[in-house]
Amino acid sequence: MSTLLKVEGISKRFRGLLAVDRLSFEVPKGAIFAVIGPNGAGKTTLFNMIAGVYTPDGGTITFRGERIEGLTPDKVCRRGIGRTYQIVRPFPALSVEDNVIVGALLHRNGVVDARAHALDVLRRLDLYDKRAQLASSLTLPDRKRLEVARALATDPKLLLLDEVMAGLRPTETDRIVAILRELNRETGLTIVLIEHVMRAVMALAGQILVLNHGKPIAQGEPQAVVHDKAVIDSYLGAEALS
Amino acid sequence: MTMLGRLIDGVSVRVLILLGVLAVALLIAPLIAGDYLLTVLILILYFAYIGQAWNIMMGFAGQLSLGHALYVGLGAYTAAALYVHFGIGPWLGLLVAVPVAALAGAFIGFLAFRFKVGGVYFAILTIAVCEFARVGFDHLAWTRGSSGLFLPVSQYSGNDLWHLRGRPVMFYYILLAATALAFVGCRALLQSRIGYFWRAIREDEEAARSTGIDTFHYKMIAVVISASMTSFAGVIYAFYYNNLFPEQVFHISRSIEIILGPIVGGVGTLFGPILGAFVLTGLAEILNNVLAALGIDLPGAKQVFYGICLLFVIMALPDGVWPWLARRMGLSERSK
Repeated sequence: MSTLLKVEGISKRFRGLLAVDRLSFEVPKGAIFAVIGPNGAGKTTLFNMIAGVYTPDGGTITFRGERIEGLTPDKVCRRGIGRTYQIVRPFPALSVEDNVIVGALLHRNGVVDARAHALDVLRRLDLYDKRAQLASSLTLPDRKRLEVARALATDPKLLLLDEVMAGLRPTETDRIVAILRELNRETGLTIVLIEHVMRAVMALAGQILVLNHGKPIAQGEPQAVVHDKAVIDSYLGAEALS
Repeated sequence: MTMLGRLIDGVSVRVLILLGVLAVALLIAPLIAGDYLLTVLILILYFAYIGQAWNIMMGFAGQLSLGHALYVGLGAYTAAALYVHFGIGPWLGLLVAVPVAALAGAFIGFLAFRFKVGGVYFAILTIAVCEFARVGFDHLAWTRGSSGLFLPVSQYSGNDLWHLRGRPVMFYYILLAATALAFVGCRALLQSRIGYFWRAIREDEEAARSTGIDTFHYKMIAVVISASMTSFAGVIYAFYYNNLFPEQVFHISRSIEIILGPIVGGVGTLFGPILGAFVLTGLAEILNNVLAALGIDLPGAKQVFYGICLLFVIMALPDGVWPWLARRMGLSERSK
């Protein structure tokens, strides 16, 4: 499999804190790749560097063979990386449909085309029936799926999901897991997700990267990673294995 | 779909009927209204039109301008000076006035958006540039500085549309056409790609950026369109009043007057600026007349009245009068 995203030795420092420390990894095309680790490990900082919110202090990010570090978020999105936020940020006063149309308009000039595409995406994410509601009136699980829908409507090659399962009940988690797996299988969409919900990580990810203090402490197949001693000590705890 | 089809797509029959009635009423109003009422209606249309222009920036793209008098003044002064000095008529003057205002808007926009001046700081920047213009024009000899620029006036028997020399009824129909065009144009903009991107920026700029929107570019478009539209009203202002003083034209109270209508009517809605202009200007004139009839001389009563209106709307109808009225009348203009 060819490499879609290649991160090489990137670092980010916030004053005294080294949030991400010379981190390197590769995500193959078509993979579902999970980044886990304790709070403050640098996961969201890593996402923000890939998505263009932060410029890395050093290192390179290569996406589809082109360097993207330091590009602005809109340019990164146009290159084919969609993202969601840990704390959801849909456009509150717009309807669900209009939220997704905004994303769909990125690569479509006509609103009519964009609406058709948006409705397809909404169907896929089980939000079609709620398309006329205002985003602000949605429940948290629905808003999380709306964020995924908006990102998906921009036709990304790579989707960055920042804790889309957090705060969801297990049945809702399973629903999103099923949707993401289907997307990955049917469209070949590559997904990188930050997640604390191990139930979802184990069900989805083909590869897991574990971060602690901005450094990788383990990477590999899910089963191998969750049995890794360093991972258990710093993050999962012994009871995760039971 | 045709242009017209797209424009009225999703608009309820009731709204279309309302629009039709309003259009007919406004078209025949000068036949019925006396001189005084006509001047009030001109004022209402003037504020409805500028309110619509301001609403593009604030209501659609979420950028608060408290200095829109700048664009009125630049339009007014440019066209008036060209007329006074070179005899260039207002319609040709527009070809200079509009770009001048657009450039001023682009200058403010570039400064603010390039250097990430947002929110209240952006609003302060718009005030600052307008104040700068007020002081600057006070000392600009070419436009007669603080002693004021006057357009030659005589008794008009007919209406010279080309030179905008004529009776109020001519200005009424020009402003009516401008307001109607602005209304339709804003509707078309809102339904276009730009309109979606504006509203996304208004709602959450960072999320808009991560959805691939070049926010700088689209905010610049909003400022330039709004400034250009506003400067047209300035040209009409100059040729209607025939005198311009920097202290009046660029005064901050002028900027505030501009934004009250849309705020009272409903920021971000298409009917808001029109309704707001009717409510505010209409009621203020009624108040004036009542006070005059009672023999009470209260300078500044209008300003106090505006303040009370604003207070009432903020407390009782924070989304403005139009969304509330639309619900009451069973017209559902979605907050587009």
